[in-house]
Amino acid sequence: MPMTTSQSAKVTLPADDQILITREFDAPRHLVYKAWTTPELVGRWWTAKRGEATVMEIDLQVGGKWRYVMVADGGMEVGFHGEYREIVPNERIVSTEVFEGAPDAESVNLLTLTETDGRTRLEILVQHQSKEHRDMHINSGMEAGLQDALDLLEEVANSLR
Amino acid sequence: MARAATTADAFNAVAEPRRRQILDALAGGERPVNDLVRQLGLGQPQVSKHLRVLREVGVVDVRDHGRQRLYRLNGRALKPIHDWIQPFQRSWSERFDELDAVLEDLKKEEGHAHDD
Repeated sequence: MPMTTSQSAKVTLPADDQILITREFDAPRHLVYKAWTTPELVGRWWTAKRGEATVMEIDLQVGGKWRYVMVADGGMEVGFHGEYREIVPNERIVSTEVFEGAPDAESVNLLTLTETDGRTRLEILVQHQSKEHRDMHINSGMEAGLQDALDLLEEVANSLR
Repeated sequence: MARAATTADAFNAVAEPRRRQILDALAGGERPVNDLVRQLGLGQPQVSKHLRVLREVGVVDVRDHGRQRLYRLNGRALKPIHDWIQPFQRSWSERFDELDAVLEDLKKEEGHAHDD
C-alpha cells in the first residue's frame, strides 16, 4: 500500500484579481466540512503551528459572522473576519474575508468540496476587488516566510552570543 | 528598442488572460500556431501577437521543424512568478498538513461510532 505522504497545496492565479488554492484530502467531504466549520477543530489547523489560536468564532448561517485571531510566535496578533453569504452543507461556502491589518482589501472566498472514492478535493477561489489587493494578499505569505527567516536568524544570533 | 511597459517582464506578460490560455495550451506540449488558433478560437494575427509578447519575455521558445514553427513553454522564465507565490503556497501547505491530522482523528472517531 502506498504510504500517505503530506502533499503541497497548489496555488494558481487564474485571473489578475483571483487566487485559487487546491488540495486533496484522504477523507470523505463531510469530515473535511466538519474540520472547516467547527471552531475547536479549526483552531487545531488554521495556525499551522505558527502561533496560538485565541479567537475562533463561527456563526455558520447566511449573514452570520466569523472571526479568527492568532497570536503569532513573535507576539504579533493577526486577525481575520468576514461574513457567510451562501452555505450548502458539505459542498460549498461563500464567505467574505478581511485581513484586519488591511481592512480595505475584502475578498469573497468560494470554498468547494468534491468527493471521489472517499477522497475530497478542496478548492478555495479567492476573488479580490483589484490586482493590488490580490498581490497584497500573496505578499502576506511572503511576509510570513520572511518572519520565519527572521526568527531563525534571531535564534542563530542568540546561539552565537 | 523601447518596449511597452506591459510586456516588460513575465509578470506583465502573463497578466493578459489570452496569453495565460496560450501558456495553458503549451503546458501540454509543443504546438504549431495553427493548433493554438483552433484551440483558442482567435484569429491567427492575434495569436501571433500574443506569442511575440511571450517570446520577448522568454516565457515561450520557438523552433523550426520542417515547414512548421513549433512553440513551447520555457518554465525557467516563469520561475520569478513561482518564487513569488511559493511562501503563500507554503503557509497553506502547512495548514493543510495540520488539517490532515485533524481528519485522521475524525475518521477514527467515526470508525468507533460505527463499531458501537
